[in-house]
Amino acid sequence: MAVPLLKQGDVLIASIQAALTDQDLVQLREDIADRVGRFRSRGVVIDVTSLDVLDSFATRTLRSIAYTAKLRGANTVVVGIQPDVAFAMVQLGLALEGIATALDLEEGLAHLDALATEGRHRAR
Amino acid sequence: MPDERTSPDLTTPSAADPPPAPPERGRDDAAVCVSIETEGDIVTARQKGRELAATVGFTATDQTILALAISEIARNIISYAKRGTVTLGRLDDGGRCGVSVVAEDQGPGIPDVDLAMRDGYSTAKSLGMGLPGAKRVMDEFDLTTVLGEGTTVKMKKWLR
Repeated sequence: MAVPLLKQGDVLIASIQAALTDQDLVQLREDIADRVGRFRSRGVVIDVTSLDVLDSFATRTLRSIAYTAKLRGANTVVVGIQPDVAFAMVQLGLALEGIATALDLEEGLAHLDALATEGRHRAR
Repeated sequence: MPDERTSPDLTTPSAADPPPAPPERGRDDAAVCVSIETEGDIVTARQKGRELAATVGFTATDQTILALAISEIARNIISYAKRGTVTLGRLDDGGRCGVSVVAEDQGPGIPDVDLAMRDGYSTAKSLGMGLPGAKRVMDEFDLTTVLGEGTTVKMKKWLR
């Protein structure tokens, strides 16, 4: 099942529904790399609220999505990691190093906004 | 659809059957076997594990931890052996309950078990946290592997 990608202003929002297979995640990485260029997006929000588990493959793929998007000029923030999912990741030793996270979609968009503002200030 | 087999129904023995043996302590009953052949089967296995853990009485957090451990060992089957099975069972040793997870494959086996159990070591496309991570979160973890014949991982988590 493909992950729907919504464009909101200069942000792409990927809302992951239910359990994803590995192939869906790999497809998402390709879709995001493509759409970031097509929509000239500056930010990407990946909403994982409905994921029941983030295992090592999902963790690794989210990291590679964020790095790929970064190379295409967009910042990524992962939002909605559930408390149990977070706790299980810590227990297993999985980390999302180098990736911005936020509580929910609203916080994620605020984070990207802050990054964009910071970028504009720096450009002046 | 994933192929699922359940253990034979033992409640209605025919007249020709020998009398049922007394249940072995710590033995699984109502085992669920999920065959692991595609990535989708990984999702099925961990969902079945979560359901079983819920019926045994594990907290939502422990259900998630168990689901994550199952996801990792099922992924190892796909990554290294292509296909295998994950069998989930309920444990009851008289004093306590739990869940057992057995992952079996007839794959190439693991050449260096110590290395495979090391955090961050991986020869496939993963973080190398699968086996050591699963071991860390389960109460019992037993890995047997024979080169050219396959690998079996047996894990147990007890309800506290």
